Amino acid sequence: MSIRISQIDKRYGQTRALEPIDLDIHDGELIGLLGPSGSGKTTLLRIVAGLEQADGGSIHFGDRDVTRVHVRDRRIGFVFQHYALFRHMTVFDNVAFGLTAMPRSRRPSSGEIRSRVMQLLEMVRLQDFARRFPAQLSGGQQQRVSLARALALKPDVLLLDEPFGALDAKVRQELRRWLRHLHEELHFTSLFVTHDQEEALELSDRVVVMSNGRVEQIATPDTLYRHPANQFVFEFLGDVNRLEGDVEAEVLTCGDARVAVPGVENGRQELLLRPHEIRLGEQPDACAHLPVSVTAVVPVGAEVRLELEADWLGEPWLATISHAEFERLDVKRGKRLFAQPSRLHRFDTPRPQTLAPLATS
Amino acid sequence: MIRIGDAPRVRRLLIGTALTLTALFLLLPLVAIFAQALMSGIDVYWQNLSSVYTLSAIGLTLLVAAITVPVNLVFGVFLAWLVTRFDFPGRRLLQTLIDIPFAVSPVVAGLVYLLLYGRNGWLGGWLDAHDIQIMFAWPGIVLVTLFVTCPFVARELIPLMQTQGSREEEAAVTLGASGWTIFRRVTLPNIRHALLYGVILTNARAVGEFGAVSVVAGAIRGQTNTLPLQVEQLYQDYNTVGAFTSASLLALLALLTLAAKAALEWRAARRETAT
Amino acid sequence: MIAQALMRRRERRVLPGFGLSLGISLTFVSLVLLLPLTSLVGQLSQLSWSQYWFLITDPRLLASYAVTLFGAGVAALFNAAFGLLMAWVLVRYEFPGKRLVDALMDLPFALPTAVAGITLATLYSSNGWIGRLLEPWGISVSYTWIGIALAMAFTSIPFVVRTVQPVLEDLPAEVDEAAMTLGASDGHAFRRVILPYLWPALVTGTGLAFVRSLGEFGAVIFIAGGKPYETEITSLMVFVKLQEYDYAGASAVASIVLATSLALLLAINLWQGRFIKRLHGGRG
Repeated sequence: MSIRISQIDKRYGQTRALEPIDLDIHDGELIGLLGPSGSGKTTLLRIVAGLEQADGGSIHFGDRDVTRVHVRDRRIGFVFQHYALFRHMTVFDNVAFGLTAMPRSRRPSSGEIRSRVMQLLEMVRLQDFARRFPAQLSGGQQQRVSLARALALKPDVLLLDEPFGALDAKVRQELRRWLRHLHEELHFTSLFVTHDQEEALELSDRVVVMSNGRVEQIATPDTLYRHPANQFVFEFLGDVNRLEGDVEAEVLTCGDARVAVPGVENGRQELLLRPHEIRLGEQPDACAHLPVSVTAVVPVGAEVRLELEADWLGEPWLATISHAEFERLDVKRGKRLFAQPSRLHRFDTPRPQTLAPLATS
Repeated sequence: MIRIGDAPRVRRLLIGTALTLTALFLLLPLVAIFAQALMSGIDVYWQNLSSVYTLSAIGLTLLVAAITVPVNLVFGVFLAWLVTRFDFPGRRLLQTLIDIPFAVSPVVAGLVYLLLYGRNGWLGGWLDAHDIQIMFAWPGIVLVTLFVTCPFVARELIPLMQTQGSREEEAAVTLGASGWTIFRRVTLPNIRHALLYGVILTNARAVGEFGAVSVVAGAIRGQTNTLPLQVEQLYQDYNTVGAFTSASLLALLALLTLAAKAALEWRAARRETAT
Repeated sequence: MIAQALMRRRERRVLPGFGLSLGISLTFVSLVLLLPLTSLVGQLSQLSWSQYWFLITDPRLLASYAVTLFGAGVAALFNAAFGLLMAWVLVRYEFPGKRLVDALMDLPFALPTAVAGITLATLYSSNGWIGRLLEPWGISVSYTWIGIALAMAFTSIPFVVRTVQPVLEDLPAEVDEAAMTLGASDGHAFRRVILPYLWPALVTGTGLAFVRSLGEFGAVIFIAGGKPYETEITSLMVFVKLQEYDYAGASAVASIVLATSLALLLAINLWQGRFIKRLHGGRG
């Protein structure tokens, strides 16, 4: 079932929670709403669910206009951040709730309900826990029950509000992968909210990045990462280092640091780069003379994170290098090195621009 | 936000029913007290109010409150400190014991005191021999009132002090503070409101106790009549206006109690939203 | 002796004042609570079992048990419904005068019972404001069980409201929302989801209201009139026996009142404990 959101807006008193928003979600798509807290992503999700009333605009599920339809008649499945399981009901009763709440005329027989619930529990791999109470389950298990409960009524769309936000990192990883599989198998249309960029990029077919009640960019994870629409999106999708200085004749100078910036006009400029876009060497090269000293070394997983400081830097830079590189350079705290940006990004121009100072070397 | 029972029809029906029932069961009796008291005009009201018997009843009632409230305040604070700051065998039992006055019918409370201090009671003979009158005199009234009101302060303090825990006090100990200083500077500011609320409740009950007091008072007019007993006596004498005159004083005190409680809660709520 | 055993563990206590507060608390509890209560035991111990049995099964007394239990039962049920309604309305809706209504809920605790008693008796007497309206319908409240239940209900109004209210306030919005997203109607969601959350508080509040009603004296006697076998409540029987200087009889009845109240209070506490344990991860 496709979802068409047009010109949806929302105010709380004087503050505007959502600017008029348009969004088309295709049948079977998995869409992530990504943004910092207060960006309006949860408000948008709740408006789609019918838990909040929009001030203007319309929402269609397929051809059905649901703008004025009460949440209980929208045929959505909703998964809450803190699961919102009914704590006085067993797992079985929780999952069966939607079916038993149907008016008598449409309600399936108790045998049918029973087999449907067991089938759902099998799907979320909790068939042995049917008679437990929610308090006897782990967080991850509770969230799976919550998902089974939401799917019991075969909803047109599945909406998830920070579904993995309350879980610890390892369980979150597992559940994400599992949800992705489930989605591929059952092919429901779903919309989920998250503030975790990794989660959004890993799960979504397309990501909607939001801030201050506005949509900043709608794109596939790949496009989003490679071609961010603006500085906000760029900064929100990962760690960012800043380089600010005066440009003259395509060279940026800042204290005793210099770097070639082909195609950049003269004047004060701000450039950005990601930690993995920094290379380190014992010597400066023709394009860059950026002396730094290492102030912290953190080996995490496949790479080593370094904190770099210099007189010409406002705030320290973060760089990630491979272990091989780390050993080759014999990096220690206090070691003086030269940074060589492999890429630099500019967002103060009408169109975002990416420069590659090392392309010539 | 949309919640269950939000539909205007449901909302109107429930609010309407609630307000009607409240008006009928709570507001109407309150109005009736003052209406009955003023039935024969304000002059008669004043006359009744300034009668010797009413004045002496007011005096005795105030005396009872003036003794029981401070005593129960001190006891309540010590008990709350004891059961929330220390763990010892019998702690639960002690907490259960002080709930007894809540559960016991006030008449039974009066009876047990009568059995103890009355003429045929355990201590009655000894008291008689030393010419000490407790039953059917004001000391008896004070004692049963102490019994009836002893849980109020502690009941307000214990849940609060339990949730607050003793971390702040422990910090004060490490800073070298003495017991009294800890209580005054650390504990008291945190429990101020609950303490005041406990005092207000104790006072309301101390002033208004009827069942227990009526057993031990003997109701000698002008000597052992508290206001509630005065209310009963005048009512039995078919002096309705007189009875409701004294009742109106007690009702006024009840309204003050409610106002004080509402003010305390309002301030607490405001402080909570401010932080 | 117990105190000594307690004091030996003193070194381990960080906070000061254990000895003092234990001393004051034990002294107060012994003198004000335990000593008088043991005098009741003492009085009863002078009776033989058959005497005791004879006293507590007096037909007039048996009738008073029935009247008291029935009145308190009706009052508690009324309060369960009324208290639930008031708690719901006060927590979930906004309307003018809400704070006043909220404050008024505590009136029965603040108003002396004797005052409540004469007021209700006057209001519902055959020429009172309400009694007058009911009379043409053949309903008399004064001197009947209805009056007793009414007075008991009045004095125990705050119990249910004030136990349910905080639980309802703490009920997360997601509970409502989860039920609605699963298609449940208002009625179904209330019965199957919200009510079970409120159930422990509702039962506790109703139980406390019942216990309080069993012991109520001042508010009831005026409207009940105290006709033997018909409108005599058990507390009044204690009082009547005392006025006849029948201390043994009064003590026997009092022991029944006391034991019933304490047993009920204990039962409420135990039940509450078990219920809460289940919701927080005990064996289902």
